[in-house]
Amino acid sequence: MNMGTVDLIVLALLGAASALALLRLWIGPRSPDRIVATDTLAVIATAMIVFLALLFDSPLYLDVALLYGVLAFVGVIALARAIEGNRT
Amino acid sequence: MTLIADAFLILGALFCFLGALGVVRMPDVYNRIQAGTKAVTLGSLALLLGVGLHHPDWWPKLLAVGLFILLTNPIGSSTLARAFYNAGVPVWNKRRPGP
Amino acid sequence: MYQQLQQFTFSFVFAFVFWLLLVGSLDRQELVAGLLVAAAAGALTIGRRPVLAGFRLTPTAPLSLLGYLGSLLVALLRANIDMARRVLSPSLPIRPALVQVKTSLRSDLGRLVLANSITLTPGTLSVDVDDDTLLVHWIDCPPGTDMAAATQTIAGDFERHLRGFLQ
Repeated sequence: MNMGTVDLIVLALLGAASALALLRLWIGPRSPDRIVATDTLAVIATAMIVFLALLFDSPLYLDVALLYGVLAFVGVIALARAIEGNRT
Repeated sequence: MTLIADAFLILGALFCFLGALGVVRMPDVYNRIQAGTKAVTLGSLALLLGVGLHHPDWWPKLLAVGLFILLTNPIGSSTLARAFYNAGVPVWNKRRPGP
Repeated sequence: MYQQLQQFTFSFVFAFVFWLLLVGSLDRQELVAGLLVAAAAGALTIGRRPVLAGFRLTPTAPLSLLGYLGSLLVALLRANIDMARRVLSPSLPIRPALVQVKTSLRSDLGRLVLANSITLTPGTLSVDVDDDTLLVHWIDCPPGTDMAAATQTIAGDFERHLRGFLQ
């Protein structure tokens, strides 16, 4: 792994993005806001894992990213169902 | 070629950052979903395109990840918005700022 | 019977293409395994709600699909520039409101794709689908907009393309 300026810029921006999403997760103020923050964070994390595949030069991380995306999507749907209650 | 790929990488990361900034700045939950979904979707797609230009042999899997994000991210956001709406979360308005 | 076969075919093709993207090779063993898995996945969907069966197979369908993808890409780019402008300006210029949009698409898949596209276009987020009416959260709603005007502004362009290859 050898990081150039571009890699550092991308990592800094993605890190700042996750920090902002975490800030929204921290301050809330209510649970819907926190769920939205988690959703955003999950997609940013997926993008980050894909970028890690490029940094570590290993396509194995792409499978990790895909699986992470699937799990995050299922989690969001489950949370939405839980908030919505028993309506169809 | 490397230059274009790098430009896409930075553009993608920038849009992810703007999306997260929108999630922090917007006044109510629906607007936060809007900012989050759109910017982060395009940001991840641009980042994926950048990675694909660096490694052309990865394109099938990158395409799978990209299609998955493009299909499921709006669905997830709409499902969340619908759940909040049915649970009675109010829409923010300039004349009567919500909670 | 015809409907079940149609649904199986759509699920099968979808699953098989996704499998090919995942394995990323055309070895004979991958193809055979993929055919088996896709056939199993297709068989599981028989008798469920036919979500994938909304395609309209006409000679001009691929053209409409291309037109739709192009307009979606343009809309996605415009959405992001628009959103970046709103997020970065200190005064947050937004006038959010909920509006209703009527759609003429009949199938579940058509409405799903339309709702998805609306979520990805500038300043709109689909909240609920109730029969042929979509509830849309609009971030910059001009005061006094009625349903016809909202439908035209939000969904008109996409619907024209989507009607070409979806029911």
